[in-house]
Amino acid sequence: MEKVLEVDQLTKIFSLGNMLSRVRITATDRVSFHIKPAEIFALAGESGCGKTTTARMVMGFEVPTSGVIYYRGERAAKNEKVWLTRGTQVIFQDPFGTFNPLRTVDSYFFETVHNYRLASGKKEAIGLIDQKLRAVGLSFDEFSGKYPSEFSGGQLQRISISRALLTNPTLLIADEPVSMVDASLRMSIVNLFKKLKEELGVSVLYITHDLATAYYVSDRIAIMFRGNIVEMGPVEQVLMDPQHPYTRLLRESIPEADPNKRWSGVVKLTELEQQEYLRQGCRFAGRCPAVMEACRGQAPADVQFGDLLVKCHKYT
Amino acid sequence: MSQTILRTEQLKAFYVLDVYGTQKVVKAVDGVDLDIRENEVYGIAGESGCGKTTLLKALAAAIEPPLRLIGGKVIYRVTGERIDTDALSLEAMPEAEVARYMDSGEIDVAYLSAEAKRRLRWRYVSYVPQGSMSVLNPVARLRDTYRDFIESHVSGKTRRDAFGIAKEHIAELGLPPGILDAYPHQLSGGMRQRVTIALAALLKPRIIIGDEPTTALDVVVQRGVVQLLKEIQRKLENTIVLVTHDMGVQANVADRVAIMYAGKIVEEATTKTIFEEPFHPYTQYLISSLPRFGDKSTRESVPGSPPSLLNPPSGCLFHPRCPHAMDLCAEQMPDHVRLDANHRVACWLTGAG
Repeated sequence: MEKVLEVDQLTKIFSLGNMLSRVRITATDRVSFHIKPAEIFALAGESGCGKTTTARMVMGFEVPTSGVIYYRGERAAKNEKVWLTRGTQVIFQDPFGTFNPLRTVDSYFFETVHNYRLASGKKEAIGLIDQKLRAVGLSFDEFSGKYPSEFSGGQLQRISISRALLTNPTLLIADEPVSMVDASLRMSIVNLFKKLKEELGVSVLYITHDLATAYYVSDRIAIMFRGNIVEMGPVEQVLMDPQHPYTRLLRESIPEADPNKRWSGVVKLTELEQQEYLRQGCRFAGRCPAVMEACRGQAPADVQFGDLLVKCHKYT
Repeated sequence: MSQTILRTEQLKAFYVLDVYGTQKVVKAVDGVDLDIRENEVYGIAGESGCGKTTLLKALAAAIEPPLRLIGGKVIYRVTGERIDTDALSLEAMPEAEVARYMDSGEIDVAYLSAEAKRRLRWRYVSYVPQGSMSVLNPVARLRDTYRDFIESHVSGKTRRDAFGIAKEHIAELGLPPGILDAYPHQLSGGMRQRVTIALAALLKPRIIIGDEPTTALDVVVQRGVVQLLKEIQRKLENTIVLVTHDMGVQANVADRVAIMYAGKIVEEATTKTIFEEPFHPYTQYLISSLPRFGDKSTRESVPGSPPSLLNPPSGCLFHPRCPHAMDLCAEQMPDHVRLDANHRVACWLTGAG
């Protein structure tokens, strides 16, 4: 099957500090994954794990230090504006920051229609916009002429998705699309991705720290930790029976909405994040409950078990 | 059942705004009755803009314009030898209030002088505001922050004593003692959050009020913060009022949970009841929309949008979004009905009225 997106050995190194004391932080370290047509792929991890850096490189906002990005088997150029050339659209984290508060929301839609030459007249444009708004449960009449402040966060996020749909994208990149939306309205956004996948065959790169919604919505998931994908595979397998000790810690730490399942035991936290980035060997070695001698010396290699990929010395 | 330590009677706190000559009133807290007991974790949940933070400000006696206390009472039950009665400036209070204080230890916050409130703060009630990981002074080492705090609230302490107290306190709560020499920017967000909570617990307050202490933190760090709160509660045997919209956190720490919707408490029960047998349609939506591991069946959000507190709907505030709405719901706000000793709900479906 053709891959909508393939990322091969993507590495990004940021240099911090001045000429005298320079620290090189490897934000992403040889990250590889692919997305199939009509698939929701979740890239999950805590803040500072490199998931947003990966997304920014995929979108062309950031030039990778090394590695290649393929869209439908074609190599993307450095800094390519993929939203113009590759049928990719982006949905950002903050729905209030996406829209200028002094501009009406519909002006963004007309601008997109104009930029992509999607309609020949105003009437046709309105028809197209109305059709896309209906896909997210809104209509042109209830939205035209209004300013962003007149909508709730959940509505704005749905409007933002609807605008992305104007160009009939094959891939949506959603960077934490629900983290700023109220818990009571979150599921309406997440359900929308499911619907788009099933009805329109859109693939979604769903970037999130929320494993519960990732479990609910996605087909495959990659767990990132300090720049590495430590575990990747079908979401049922990764989250219901995690193999990597970090995935296990993450999975256990999610507060479940069930008063009968309270946390027990004490969790060990990192004291300084930078140390973990600079650590030789496995970057989780400082906190891992199953740490071995080999973990401190050498970075573990990827091990493949069927559909599952794990980066841990336990299995090498 | 333990005794009440903090209660409110028909509390009303509104934001009164003057916009181009016309007065606008935002009813952020409208008729809230709470009865919070000693030695419990009391959770308050609800969507953003429902008045959770305003309620906490009222509970912490930190009401400042444009927020105004319109009606009702916040009552602390102040007992124990650590409270200096002189500091409460009882002589300035009406006789009936003094008599009640002498009788039951209950004191209406509205009668407290500014100085008395200052004395009660941190010693009787601590308030950890939202985003408290950014409250620390960025140009002072943490030990200086601790010293300032100790010197202004504990009389007769020298600099060396203060440092000793801080060190002991930090170690007791399982935080690395080295952080006292650090500046806030050298610590991660989660560590700063825990340092702030530790600071709020320094004078062993009877009540700690936390506003979204785990929001904006990573899951593993969030677990660390919850661990700290539980540890403090276990050691001090005090009361924690925890506001968070994260139902997972509520399920994990709270003993009782109140669900707030548009400035009112719509349901209150033990955590088990709220999660297993919610009565109010809003609570039912809130609980059933939570994604769970091992269950991929479709989840629905609450339909519609949150109401505007500036121009709230008539009758029951939830009726425009409620699938069970009846004619009565649009006309009148239901009163609280007790389903059992610990479970009360404001909904016409209970059959009241």
